[in-house]
Amino acid sequence: MSIVTVQLGQCGNQIGYEVFDTICRDLHNTQGFCCKRENEVYQASCKEHFFNEEKSGVPIARALLIDMEPKVISQTLLKAAHSGRWKYGQHSHFCQKQGSGNNWAYGYSVHGPKHEESIMNLIQKEVEKYDSLRGFSTIMSMAGGTGSGLGAFLTQNLRDAYPNSFIINQIIWPYGTGEVIVQNYNSVLTLSHLYRSSDALLVHENDVVHKICAKLMNIKQISFRDVNQVIAHQLGSVFQPTYSPEDSCQYRRNPLGDLMASLVPHPEFKMLGLRNIPQMSENSLAYTTFAWTGLLKHLRQMLISNAKMEEGGFKDPALYTSWLQPSDAFSEWRTHRAFNKYEKLAALVSNSQFLLKPLDTIIGKAWNMFASKAYVHQYTKFGIEEEDFLDSFTVLEQVVASYCNL
Amino acid sequence: MAQSVVVQVGQCGNQVGRCFWDLALREHAAVNKKGIYDDSLKNFFRNVDTRRNGDGVDVSKGKICSLKARALLIDMEEGVVNEILQGPLKDIFDSKQLITNVSGSGNNWAVGYKVFGSQYQDQIVEKLRQTAEHCDCLQCFFIIHSMGGGTGSGLGTFILNVLEDEFPEVYRFVTSVFPSGEDDVITSPYNSVLAMKELNEHADCVLPIENESLFDIVSKINQMVTSGKPGTTVKPESLVTLNEGGIKKKLQEKPFDTMNNIVGNLLLNLTSSARFEGSLNMDLNEITMNLVPFPQLHYLVSSLTPLCTLADVNIPPRRLDQMFSDAFSKDHQLIQADPKHSLYLACALLVRGNVQISDLRRNIERLKSSLHFVSWNQEGWKTSLCSVPPVGHSHSLLALANNTCIKPTFIELKKRFTRLYKKKAHLHHYLQVDGMEESCFTEAVSSLSSLIESYNELDVTKGLPVHDPLRLNIVI
Repeated sequence: MSIVTVQLGQCGNQIGYEVFDTICRDLHNTQGFCCKRENEVYQASCKEHFFNEEKSGVPIARALLIDMEPKVISQTLLKAAHSGRWKYGQHSHFCQKQGSGNNWAYGYSVHGPKHEESIMNLIQKEVEKYDSLRGFSTIMSMAGGTGSGLGAFLTQNLRDAYPNSFIINQIIWPYGTGEVIVQNYNSVLTLSHLYRSSDALLVHENDVVHKICAKLMNIKQISFRDVNQVIAHQLGSVFQPTYSPEDSCQYRRNPLGDLMASLVPHPEFKMLGLRNIPQMSENSLAYTTFAWTGLLKHLRQMLISNAKMEEGGFKDPALYTSWLQPSDAFSEWRTHRAFNKYEKLAALVSNSQFLLKPLDTIIGKAWNMFASKAYVHQYTKFGIEEEDFLDSFTVLEQVVASYCNL
Repeated sequence: MAQSVVVQVGQCGNQVGRCFWDLALREHAAVNKKGIYDDSLKNFFRNVDTRRNGDGVDVSKGKICSLKARALLIDMEEGVVNEILQGPLKDIFDSKQLITNVSGSGNNWAVGYKVFGSQYQDQIVEKLRQTAEHCDCLQCFFIIHSMGGGTGSGLGTFILNVLEDEFPEVYRFVTSVFPSGEDDVITSPYNSVLAMKELNEHADCVLPIENESLFDIVSKINQMVTSGKPGTTVKPESLVTLNEGGIKKKLQEKPFDTMNNIVGNLLLNLTSSARFEGSLNMDLNEITMNLVPFPQLHYLVSSLTPLCTLADVNIPPRRLDQMFSDAFSKDHQLIQADPKHSLYLACALLVRGNVQISDLRRNIERLKSSLHFVSWNQEGWKTSLCSVPPVGHSHSLLALANNTCIKPTFIELKKRFTRLYKKKAHLHHYLQVDGMEESCFTEAVSSLSSLIESYNELDVTKGLPVHDPLRLNIVI
């Protein structure tokens, strides 16, 4: 029943911290809007998925922190310990002295093999603590060197070492206007490699989350902390306990597996997106009331964007591809217990064409740069040759074509 | 945490180096209140317990005993190095880090490179090894020198070669002070062009600086300080140019010191994100990765803002945006160049202080439209956010641009070289040195020409309509 979260690189570790913090806060939230017994079952289920109990009573996150340079990990460990509510395991981290330099090739071909044994041992030790491992959730960015390159290498290794466990990669899609100049190369290489070894890629776009912070939450000076907290909130709303389909008094025992089963019907289509409503600043929360019909209508609109509104909600066959029955394509998960101070909250995880445009844009930019051979010498220096680039482009063009044909 | 070693060569190199170490100590003193030897100090300093064993033993954690700079001071004359060793910084250097001579290189690259190079090669390698042994993860060598003289230029570039041979995995960042048009050293064009060939072939990244620009910046600050307009009182510790108080007097008496401080600050800001924490870190290896699209084009134009903070507390938020605009103006560049009207290959913004991602994005959006980026790198921005601001400021910005605006500097240099070389003026001083031949000159100038040509090829594409290359066609 446990999910091991692997936090990779600066981004992965910063977000991972916020995820566990959000989950823990929700756990201890008194505004559950449900009865006490319900709350207790919810809490137990949540803890089983994400935390280990320790003798001292402070729950330990089921997570591994991996980075090639020490600054971010030390900060993350400190912040968690200071919160008093939860912490990371003492030996759950692995770091080196020098980072990957935003170089996918360095993360994949140098750091990967060099530290393969140590990192896999670390994972093995963590996995041994649980009677049943459901799967891995890795958090990484596509733009840098460690999260992307080492992340891709590690995902391959996880697939080989644990063929029966689910692997979902939480991928942070960088801002369109540069955080890193070679982010398009790194993204193309990452996506193409992950597509082969992972079960699903749940994408979080920085641009989208930034807009949420600006427009919906009215934050004036948006920091990365704000962005990360929104992402954490969205993730938490999906992974927190929900009722199992058979018995509405029992919580789902295998959220990760169920998610995969319903969302990834065909191995060609692995890209998932997440939309969450409502999103607003804490101040406005107190003054807003919610109704389910309104929320669900809004979500459906977000799914279709420009299509006309029709009755029928999510069971409408027009929403889905012809080779799937709507009843197979759509599943609803619910719980009475409220999440993170929102009285009612709806999240939509979809496998659809909405990622087509961003993916196409990134491939286009990377191809443009590749055509002039700019920066390629930085990758060939560490063993990623031009053919490797071409292979990656081919894989992704295939993905784009498949989604286009839906 | 990785470490860096500073190699300061020649009179200019050592004077700039001295300012750098002074500023570094001040910066760490302002940040490190508890006196603990932490990771950020480890980058440039060793912690040595000098009470034991005469030489001292390295102490890797705990309280600061005695800080020693990770540096090598090399000069073929003794004056500057002796001054450093007798000045307030004497405790952070020890005799094992010096290589000096008395005769000097006579402003002759050949003497610096061929004569002193071979004479001191073993010593140099030995001392570099010792410095490297004190590091558990050596990431980068910073070389500081001038191009126009003999030692900094000749011996400096010889050492660059040695570093590549002995430490091929360690990055080589070179801060080079280029001679200006009215340089008083007649042979500076020869020295510079001969040194350029070495920089082309053996440096990972070069930050060219021109004295003229530094002087202009200092004059501007001088004007601001002495203008006496209301609301323009300058906070003394915020001047990038000053170590101590007494603003007016200092600026007039020691212009080189104030100019050198600007370069010192450049190096501090460059390494700030590697030393201190922030929400978007940038290590030194990320600089070369993102800013050097082709191995030959590794010359970065730098600009630093703000130059000083006004004591006016009512700083409106627009000041932040002003900082970004300033970084792209001609007046803040550290070499005579105009990046706005040339072609950007890549640009990096290293921000320090209380600046968030939304501020960064807003300014990039705003400035993008007035800048020309090469067609295959339209969004060529690399950014970093470091939480620790420099001393005396609430925030600062260092912009590094790989831009074709540097071409005129090289063309000018080539012109001055050719003027001398055509007449074979002063050539005999060089040719009489063992190992020097005319081919050294012709090879050097041809290396410079090919560099100029690479920039030309890129410039030609500026403003042309962009045709995206055809993508791969997939058959399902």
